[in-house]
Amino acid sequence: MPVCHLAAHDLACRRGDRVLFAGLSLALGPGEALHLAGPNGVGKSSLIRLLAGLLRPFAGTVERTGAVALLDERPALDLPMPLGRALGFWRRFDRADEAAFERAVEAVALGDLLDVPVRYLSTGQRKRAALARVMLTGAPVWLLDEPLNGLDTASTAAVESLVAAHCGNGGVAVIASHQPFALDRMTRLEISRFEPAEAV
Amino acid sequence: MRFAQLLRRDLALLLRGAQGRGGATLPVLFFVAVTMLFPFAVGSDARLLARTGAGVVWIAALLAAILPLDRLVEPDLEAGLFDQWALRGIAEETVLAARILAHWLSFGPPLMLATLAAAALLGLDAAQLAAVELGLLAGTPGLAAIGVTIAALTAGLRGGAALGGLLVLPLAVPLLVFGAGSLQPGGEGGLALCAAASLAALAIAPFAGGAALRALRE
Repeated sequence: MPVCHLAAHDLACRRGDRVLFAGLSLALGPGEALHLAGPNGVGKSSLIRLLAGLLRPFAGTVERTGAVALLDERPALDLPMPLGRALGFWRRFDRADEAAFERAVEAVALGDLLDVPVRYLSTGQRKRAALARVMLTGAPVWLLDEPLNGLDTASTAAVESLVAAHCGNGGVAVIASHQPFALDRMTRLEISRFEPAEAV
Repeated sequence: MRFAQLLRRDLALLLRGAQGRGGATLPVLFFVAVTMLFPFAVGSDARLLARTGAGVVWIAALLAAILPLDRLVEPDLEAGLFDQWALRGIAEETVLAARILAHWLSFGPPLMLATLAAAALLGLDAAQLAAVELGLLAGTPGLAAIGVTIAALTAGLRGGAALGGLLVLPLAVPLLVFGAGSLQPGGEGGLALCAAASLAALAIAPFAGGAALRALRE
């Protein structure tokens, strides 16, 4: 696993007229995982997008070393295409080999559905497919926004062990979830602690 | 390498048609249908048809280019693909350049083939047919560029598809004026101007569309 590091200094995020959080700092090194917790609307997804570099911070800086893989509520797979082809596009795009493809599909237990167009997959199956896409990137930094949404108990355990394996290999994972996420040595960050005292 | 991968994917999606909303065949059928209806509307006077027919081909081509507008950018935006490309350091401009090329390949050449049928229906002679085909070759890349730009600008808006169609029409006026103008006797200059307008649209389109897509993230 390439060297990876993810840090934020004094980060503030504004959506519309509202400052969601301010003065938020974090630092993650190889093998470390962080659980972003908090109620809906507190800014979990915004923080994930800030860390990914898709949003510009209102204040503060984000430092990233190593490639980033993002899982959010959208699968980023072509709905009309069979799952195998939709994932195959990303495999080639991210220059992963066939063996990695087999491993990723195996890990999320979607081997039987490769011929099914993505639009016929259920919410949980799409989520697992998107997780396979994340695995195919080979990126050391995983940003997972609500990775357990729509998953059954067995899949939840599978996702938790995948993230554990990723961190065990020296990867970094940030998991935004309002649900509990079972993972050893994971720090927890309550975003509501960084809510500004009054609207700015 | 990645540009080729993007192009191949875009072509596969545009040619096959997404979510049952027709593929490349739909605009072509529409194009032929319009040129077929025209003689019914104005009568079968061969001289009139021969004089106006080439212009009708241009109008039909313009309308056909609008049909796939809602499939050009919106589905990828909704599925989060643009964010995924951005994470990999692929500029929106690169993605849109591939999209323009794929869009043109999926409607330009098929339309030029269908023009052969349209020419027979409208009674165009060989010289007129050649002029129309050359004009379409010069003009359709510009139409593709304008289409993708507008699709990027209106992506994420409710009713974006209808608005997009409305916005493409005025932008396509220079292409139409010069393209159809090249059909008049001594109108060879129109062909060059049509190609120039097309090139200008092609040069601006990826950047305008890319800026629109980035603005949507904020």
